[in-house]
Amino acid sequence: MQRSDPIGKPPAARRSSSWADKVFSSLAHAAALITLALLAAIIASLVLGAMPAIREYGLSFLWRSEWDPVKNSYGGLVMIYGTLMTSFIALCIAVPVSFGIALFLTELSPQWLRRPLGIAVELLAAVPSIVYGMWGLLVFSPVLSTFVQRPLQKLLADVPILRELVSGAPVGIGILSAGIILAIMIIPFIASVMRDVFDITPPMLKESAYALGATTWEVVFKVVLPYTKTGVVGGIMLGLGRAIGETMAVTFVIGNFNQLNSLSVFEAANSITSALANEFAEASEGLHQASLIYLGLVLFFITFVVLSLSKLLLAQLKKSEGSRT
Amino acid sequence: MSADAPMQAVRQAALQTSRLAHHKRRKLINGVALTLSLSAMAFGLFWLIWILFETVRLGIGGLTWSLFSEMTPPPQADTGGLSNAIFGSLMMVSLATALGTPIGVMAGIYLAEYGQKTWLGSTVRFINDILLSAPSIVIGLFIYTVVVAPMKGFSGFAGVLALALIVIPVVIRTTENMLSLIPNALREAAYALGTPKWKVIAKITLKSARAGVLTGVLLAVARIAGETAPLLFTALSNQFWTSSLGEPMASLPVTIFKFAMSPYENWQKLAWAGVFLITLGVLALNIAARILFRTKK
Repeated sequence: MQRSDPIGKPPAARRSSSWADKVFSSLAHAAALITLALLAAIIASLVLGAMPAIREYGLSFLWRSEWDPVKNSYGGLVMIYGTLMTSFIALCIAVPVSFGIALFLTELSPQWLRRPLGIAVELLAAVPSIVYGMWGLLVFSPVLSTFVQRPLQKLLADVPILRELVSGAPVGIGILSAGIILAIMIIPFIASVMRDVFDITPPMLKESAYALGATTWEVVFKVVLPYTKTGVVGGIMLGLGRAIGETMAVTFVIGNFNQLNSLSVFEAANSITSALANEFAEASEGLHQASLIYLGLVLFFITFVVLSLSKLLLAQLKKSEGSRT
Repeated sequence: MSADAPMQAVRQAALQTSRLAHHKRRKLINGVALTLSLSAMAFGLFWLIWILFETVRLGIGGLTWSLFSEMTPPPQADTGGLSNAIFGSLMMVSLATALGTPIGVMAGIYLAEYGQKTWLGSTVRFINDILLSAPSIVIGLFIYTVVVAPMKGFSGFAGVLALALIVIPVVIRTTENMLSLIPNALREAAYALGTPKWKVIAKITLKSARAGVLTGVLLAVARIAGETAPLLFTALSNQFWTSSLGEPMASLPVTIFKFAMSPYENWQKLAWAGVFLITLGVLALNIAARILFRTKK
């Protein structure tokens, strides 16, 4: 039998569409490449901008503690310490609280409350950082000073070493209040990642544990947590990345004072982000500006490593999800 | 045999008590853990409520007509508002959204429709997730070195660019997520009719995902509306009214920062009013985005 010949030509519109297809696809490719180029450009511009300082100090910039625009001599230790210490305090508070919130949202809360509570926690993440900053400076710091700093100072007045750790003017600003405010800011990020990874635990696993008579806590701690541990660590890393890069809230409450003589958590200090926010616009061109950009480069490097780790851990959890269920 | 019976009974009883004790301890641990979990939830909500309460309490008093009609005052003046800052914020945010959204949507389309399994696709996805959480002050530094320094001056234009760079990753992320929610059957049906790929994307998938994409844009607007750090050394600030992108431009967050850190009472009061406005706007945008996505889904 012979096939019948197709009648007529294909519609004209179809032929003309090949160039439209090409244009659209290259636009999409270009947009994706812009994102890649953006990262490269950020790194390149920071390295170039920091060049004078890199040439002057090399890596010793990281452990020089002097920061003196008058003598034109710079080192980043004070700010790097401030950034790491505030983020560390923030994690110490935020990790257990976020775990509790995630546990509550996945196991305890009645079904109808889950959504509104989840939204409330996410709104905490949406509040702009400047609001946290201003609230922290004008509302929270006085409260912290009256109810924590002064009692602690009174209590530890005669204890030799601990006394040094709580010294400082009784205004409630410094490393501790910055750490607490950072904790409040990163709780929503960590808690929502933890909630999401807890939710992907196969119900079969949890039900088996419950059927063996495990309590809710045992199910979460011995079944859910081991199953999702890479995801949980990924979420914590995400929070850490946020805490390290947070600018405004820290700038308001850390005190912006370059000192490392006292390790007190109530003494005014400085962090990389707050040094940039305060000094950069007024910095004189040359070594001062280059040193600030160097600080920015260090900041970007640290957050890049932390966030990459977070992404890799979360991706690993997703990959093993298929094979283990 | 029978001599062992009492021994066995004793052993049984001992086992029973130890089991009971163990059980009690497990229940206690469980109770403590769940109580702590409940208090963690309360702890999180406590801060949200406290911050919102203080913002409303201290900000609502400054909410007068002059806030919107008058310019930022000198220290210790009797009157004054935030009109130039509000205008600057509106202008920079809308321009940055207009600039960043198309790029973000196109890159999101690339990730979802062209490069799902490619090397470029996974690299871009990875980089984008990092840019999404990268410190915004670094974006400010970047724009300073490539725009402000060569042009020898702070400008609203630089501020717009910095904000646009923050919009892009947010929009990419949501666009990709929303497009990958569209079932493949829809695409296949369109291809089977002979539709070219660009038309499938523009007329079918993007159209079905538009509520989600719009949600992403709203979230991006909410994010940049409160951003301060990238504006500090790009747009700087301005005491005067300007609509020229070539000059330093005032914005609500930077003005709040300047006023809140000052010792002057009238400035602090205006800062609280500004914080109230921003919080209200950002939370309203977030809630709107959620409602939009839920009802259209």
